Amino acid sequence: MTTLATRPPTTASPAGRAAARGGRARRTLYWIATHTVAVALSMMFIGPLVFVTLTALMSDDQALTGDLWPDTWNWGNFAEVFARSQLLHWLGNTFMYAGLGTLFTLLSSIPVAYAMARFRFRGRRLAFFAVIMMMMLPPQVVAVPVYLIWARFELTGTLWPLILPMLLGDAFSIFLLRQFLVTIPREYTEAALVDGCSDLRILVRVILPMARPGIAAVALFQFFYCWNDYYGPLLYAQTTEENWTLSLGLASFRALHSVQWNLTMAATLLVMAPVIIVFFFAQKAFVEGVTLTGVKG
Amino acid sequence: MSGVTHAAPPRWRRGEGRKALLWMSPWLVGFAVFFAYPLAATVYFSFHRYDLFTLEFIGLDNYRYFLHDDRAWVSIKNTLWLVVFMVPAQVLFGLAVAQLLTRLKAGSGFFRTVFYLPSLVPLVAGTVSFVFLMNPSGPLNQIIELFGITAPDWFGDKDWAKPGLTLLAMWGIGNTMMIFLAALLDVPKHLYEAAAIDGAGGWRQFRSITLPMISPVLMFSTVTGVIYALQYFTQAMIASRVAAGVTDSPGSSFVPGYPELSTLTLPQWLFHAGFRDFSMGYACVLALLLFAASVIFTLVLIRRFRTFADGQGGNP
Repeated sequence: MTTLATRPPTTASPAGRAAARGGRARRTLYWIATHTVAVALSMMFIGPLVFVTLTALMSDDQALTGDLWPDTWNWGNFAEVFARSQLLHWLGNTFMYAGLGTLFTLLSSIPVAYAMARFRFRGRRLAFFAVIMMMMLPPQVVAVPVYLIWARFELTGTLWPLILPMLLGDAFSIFLLRQFLVTIPREYTEAALVDGCSDLRILVRVILPMARPGIAAVALFQFFYCWNDYYGPLLYAQTTEENWTLSLGLASFRALHSVQWNLTMAATLLVMAPVIIVFFFAQKAFVEGVTLTGVKG
Repeated sequence: MSGVTHAAPPRWRRGEGRKALLWMSPWLVGFAVFFAYPLAATVYFSFHRYDLFTLEFIGLDNYRYFLHDDRAWVSIKNTLWLVVFMVPAQVLFGLAVAQLLTRLKAGSGFFRTVFYLPSLVPLVAGTVSFVFLMNPSGPLNQIIELFGITAPDWFGDKDWAKPGLTLLAMWGIGNTMMIFLAALLDVPKHLYEAAAIDGAGGWRQFRSITLPMISPVLMFSTVTGVIYALQYFTQAMIASRVAAGVTDSPGSSFVPGYPELSTLTLPQWLFHAGFRDFSMGYACVLALLLFAASVIFTLVLIRRFRTFADGQGGNP
């Protein structure tokens, strides 16, 4: 993989041309080698999804045999999953958690990130460190006291303990938005300031339109975080089945429906599908978000 | 972050501090309610016996109990296993895949999408899939047996469950890979050209140019990897539940870590102690341990951020 990739430009001498021919052969070989590895890796990354899909389409009996290819294509398995489980209900709960969670996060985190990126004040470093601290703290560390707070409000058993705190900002979103906002040149806001704009107006009229890709990335990450979250719903909603999310439902699916791998895989696929579809429409925002969080650290 | 020094003078204007406080107030409240207070309360509860109903001061008993809690030590050992084996596997594989992507002339966009995609698959769905794929007669073992090798019973064997989870982690290296890719593409091309003219081979170029240039990112990925390994919960929990074929609900006798506690991690044991056994005081002792470990690695991470914390520092 780390073999020489670039060679200096060749000269026009006969010896140089011969070397160039040799170089071309080597380059072709190199091209073939790297692309072969890439194709093999692709199969390793996609393979699991293919086998899951194939098993999801098998009959009940065949799914237990370890066959790789379905004898008959049982598309009805997907309908069976809907019929046997509360999948639609879980989907609704997951949408509520992820949708409201994302909305609340954006509403509360944008102003905070704006203040951290734009205002000069004593303690801004401290505030930034505190954000990173919060971001890196395992949620389990403060689980007991936080659980007790919600128990006092009698909200355990619902998803509200997960949604409501997002009205008070989310550390990861603040961090990511801040990283994005500091890259916007100060000149834009200074100009608006000279024109007599208020801070709120500057945020709404100048910053937000320019920060649209960053906001899109944060929204996507937050939505996916909630969509995928298992720990939070397990802690708060496990006891009340009508408040389960897709994660909780899928985690119990196999135990509730004996050992039917075909149905379990069909359910798994139904949970994955929305995520994969969204990804294909919003690839760019993802990539932008990922590189912003980690690069140039 | 951009490395550009802004024209604005670094003076601090009067009133901006107050304004900033106002703008940050939602987060400041959140910080107090969901971070500062719970942290103090965790310390307080750790000296008490607390089962949601009665609160009784017992001094250091919870801490003493911890010293003799075999399962806690197993969970710590498992967590350390993840730090020592899973994190490096993930980081190195992510780097190798990113390196490969920089060398592809055709279809690099396609391959990048394919390599990234699994990291988006919901954790529960990905884990359930892998438990199926790696069941004794599952697709993976059939492929392995094509080569005449006896395949293990991954999530049913205490020696193979953690390696199985490591494969799952390697499948989902998308984010790590993307961060490395961005860093690799940032290395100035002319450095490689100069090295090639000087006769440096591929390995030499990697060691003397690539590695030093991306070391901040390498460091970042490793440290965040360790921090997330300390929080490792969902995959281990789901793998043991699905492999054992049982549900877990309050009051059930299900003990996580199947098979034979091999996938029991510290956060799981904490969860079990606090919310299944309702020994909340003892759970707080485990929480403080987790907190201490996380703080150490987060402080290392913060050092990497220090130079651009004021929004205009150059490269660290």
